[in-house]
Amino acid sequence: MADELKPDLELDLKGLLCPLPMVRVSQNITKVAVGGIIKATASDPGSMADIPSWARTTGNEVVKTERDGKNFVFYVKRLK
Amino acid sequence: MAEEEKKKKVSMVVFSGDMDKLYAAFIIATGSAAAGFDVTMFFTFWGLKALQKKGVSTGHSLFGRMIGWVNGGDISKANPSRYGFLGMGRWMFHKMMKNKNVSTLPELRQLAVDLGVKMYPCQMTMDVMEYEREKFIPEITDCVGVGFFIEQASQSAFTMFI
Repeated sequence: MADELKPDLELDLKGLLCPLPMVRVSQNITKVAVGGIIKATASDPGSMADIPSWARTTGNEVVKTERDGKNFVFYVKRLK
Repeated sequence: MAEEEKKKKVSMVVFSGDMDKLYAAFIIATGSAAAGFDVTMFFTFWGLKALQKKGVSTGHSLFGRMIGWVNGGDISKANPSRYGFLGMGRWMFHKMMKNKNVSTLPELRQLAVDLGVKMYPCQMTMDVMEYEREKFIPEITDCVGVGFFIEQASQSAFTMFI
């Protein structure tokens, strides 16, 4: 299942600090269709808490998170 | 369902003109807007500084001009609430924040504008401190009072005083 995650849009959020990683995800979420996936790569450790919280608040879903060296990768699915 | 459809709202009184507190205000405002809230920021007393245009001076009377002088200019001239040291603290914070790639206050304010955050100056404190509407950034349309804020606050999921 997890292997099937094909991002429709990739965002490079490395180097950005609060609140920009979640703001950039929110600004781009409507660029993918409902059901589409954004792959966002951030370097701010705070985004580990912020982006999943943002998804719960807005009714979207973080379907997968992973570490990539020093970075945090989020697969965010647009649900509405 | 009906409740879900209703747009969630956040309202905020920005009383302080301190750099660190303005950071808190604008980060919460932009974060809330990103999370789908309608955000209203009501600026009063020292908070008016956050909306002031760059390079303008305020006040006509002696006292008014003194307040303008002590206030020291627009948002980029805001000093931290501690560690002021006559501008040294601001300089140091700017340097440290730049190294860490934190957005500046003018950048955060612009982001708030871009995200649709609504900002209103308080008419009463504008009169007292001798600000005119032309002294504010052009994104500011209406100057309002407490009645307006209460209406916004009563419709809000949460309200803050900073």
